[in-house]
Amino acid sequence: MFRSPDEVRDRLAETGYLADEAIATTVFLADVLGKPLLVEGPAGTGKTELAKAVTEAAGAELVRLQCYEGLDEARALYEWNYRKQLLRIQAAGDGQKWEETHDDIFSEEFLLARPLLTAIRRDDPTVLLVDETDKADVEVEGLLLEVLSDFQVTVPELGTIVATRRPFVVLTSNATRELSEALKRRCLFLHMDYPDAEREKAIVLRRVPEVPEALAEQLVRTIRTLRALELKKSPSIAESIDWARTLVALGIDTLDEAAVGQTLGVVLKHASDQARAVKELGLN
Amino acid sequence: MPAEGLVDRHVAFVGALRGAGLPVSLAESLDATQAMAAIDLMDRRQLRAAYAAAVVKRAPHRATFDRLFDLWWPPAIGDGEDSAGEHAVDDAPEEVEPADLDAMRNLLREQLRDVLLSGDDEALRRLARQSVTGLGRTDSPPGRQSWFTYRVLRALSPETLLADLLKAILDGSDRGGLAEKVARQMLAERIKKFEEYVEAEVRRRLAEDRGVEAIAKTSVKPLIEQVDFLRASRDEIAELRRRVYPLARRLATRLTAKRRLGRSGRLDVRRTVRASLSSGGVPLTTIHKPHKPHKPELVVLCDVSGSVAAFAHFTVLLAYALREQFAKVRVFAFVDTCDEVTRFFELGGDVGDALARMAQEANVVWFDGHSDYGHSFEVFAQKWPDAVTPKTSLLILGDARTNYRALSLPSLRSVVRHARRAYWLNPEPRQYWSSGDSAASSYGDIVPMIECRNAAQLEEFVEQLLPV
Repeated sequence: MFRSPDEVRDRLAETGYLADEAIATTVFLADVLGKPLLVEGPAGTGKTELAKAVTEAAGAELVRLQCYEGLDEARALYEWNYRKQLLRIQAAGDGQKWEETHDDIFSEEFLLARPLLTAIRRDDPTVLLVDETDKADVEVEGLLLEVLSDFQVTVPELGTIVATRRPFVVLTSNATRELSEALKRRCLFLHMDYPDAEREKAIVLRRVPEVPEALAEQLVRTIRTLRALELKKSPSIAESIDWARTLVALGIDTLDEAAVGQTLGVVLKHASDQARAVKELGLN
Repeated sequence: MPAEGLVDRHVAFVGALRGAGLPVSLAESLDATQAMAAIDLMDRRQLRAAYAAAVVKRAPHRATFDRLFDLWWPPAIGDGEDSAGEHAVDDAPEEVEPADLDAMRNLLREQLRDVLLSGDDEALRRLARQSVTGLGRTDSPPGRQSWFTYRVLRALSPETLLADLLKAILDGSDRGGLAEKVARQMLAERIKKFEEYVEAEVRRRLAEDRGVEAIAKTSVKPLIEQVDFLRASRDEIAELRRRVYPLARRLATRLTAKRRLGRSGRLDVRRTVRASLSSGGVPLTTIHKPHKPHKPELVVLCDVSGSVAAFAHFTVLLAYALREQFAKVRVFAFVDTCDEVTRFFELGGDVGDALARMAQEANVVWFDGHSDYGHSFEVFAQKWPDAVTPKTSLLILGDARTNYRALSLPSLRSVVRHARRAYWLNPEPRQYWSSGDSAASSYGDIVPMIECRNAAQLEEFVEQLLPV
């Protein structure tokens, strides 16, 4: 899909995603080496956004598998539509032989493809996003391993389905638990942390163009000061952007004590974090 | 690709990573070589990103990786000015007159001031290199040069520029307010970065003189979860505290997973029959009632005297972060007498404050402020006889160093007898137990004593302690 890391960066920038050198290189390598890309980092640093941006930059389609506790094969891979099968059996006349019915109900028509199978069967460029992989159970990792190492799925009744065109796979994780070594070994790893001041400012300006540059600069510096405090949840880029939008909406053009105090709830979501920030920054 | 040399370098680098504790498999090492073939090798940032993507699979390993990467793939050679290749191969140490040295120092300080103000990263890096070249070299054993970080930083002392810089940024207005705090933070970040660049530069110069392997061994810090509580520096303790919440969240997730995989509850007949209606009355799936998790009460009894305070604080914070996993958490602190400190942690307040207030307000010193386990246990047993019940898991935190005072084994024994379970976490290495004034073996006979020197061991213990 891409020819060089620089091209990745430029094309991602066209979609509005400002990637740094590490992100661009890693995305490029994931594409060239045909390996899944595991993106880990705190919430709100743009992991899911990256997958969407790659999709847009590559002119592909996004297939998304949202992980949660209790996600199983039937939700992730495929499932037989047993209700329809039941109907088919009941509707079969007496004249029909069992063998025929049997062959019939295990055909394409009764197969419900879930995201993993969908992504593998697509002929057009595809980005497969496995979101919040750490929320899923360990068994799902086993399933992912199988699918992501060979890009094939075996449905016993239909045979093995091999990907005609390998999807570009992005797995995201908030690191609420360690993913298994085996899964990590098969992926390229990208740790997404809070960006440096310059890039964060560029991102804020890009996403909220109405915000004046001087204000964006102030905002990013204040956010960085907040991150240096010992907080339960440090503000991430998503919060910076929200904050910029809030300030624009309220028509505030300079970020002084009063303005910060007034809008702190947008950035810090825990009461104790807010109390701490008020105290440390002397907002009262 | 210039095959031979590059491959050797790669293998040595991977070897060093493994030596520093990063689990790099053969497959990952091969991935890295494939990645190298795909990128522009002359672009060092690309090379770093490619290596990181292929071989570093855990965020805490990243710092170690960066250090080693800088040693194995240095950005310059000798006094070299940049990585593009046109470096000056000029290794003859120039004699610098003391007067020149002073002039150079002033010149560099001037430049540092400007660069800190502008925040240009590339310029900062270049300046660090120049400073090390100019100020960091000694010929202390004559004929053998060496390089020192502290010489550079002492000569330039970036902190003393702070007042001047602040004035320049704030433009005379708004002293003491938010603007100053924000500016301070920004400058502190840049100064820290400069110090890091100087350190990295010194390591690189040392590695050129003495060989990469020798420097790699001494310059790699242990991973934060392996840092001994008793020997942690202030920065490391701050880092550990920042990791309490992620750690607690990880433990909680793992526990919920364990609980769910444990015994499933009884069959829920009503819901199973209802669900079967959609498949023509055939119960294709059965539905079970959720299992009711057993939540223990937790009582933590911790030594907060100077020697083990860092460990106790970390563990208490973790217990608090995990309090949803328990029916109730009570914390008692002691030095030479005991007091309940639960109140400082309640109300969802800030934990840093809680620890500070605990140190000031709690009544934990009775006589001279040296640990007295015996008296503390007696007070605990007398004043809070109902704290420990058959539902309680009791956790004692301390190094069992009694300053040769009475042990009060009977008090402890009776407390432990009432508890459902009791453990003693000792932050000292096992080989020091029962040496000197340590009563580890006497107490260990009553309460199972567990070595808990670092965050990794603590994590392992908590996971086992909490019942499924």
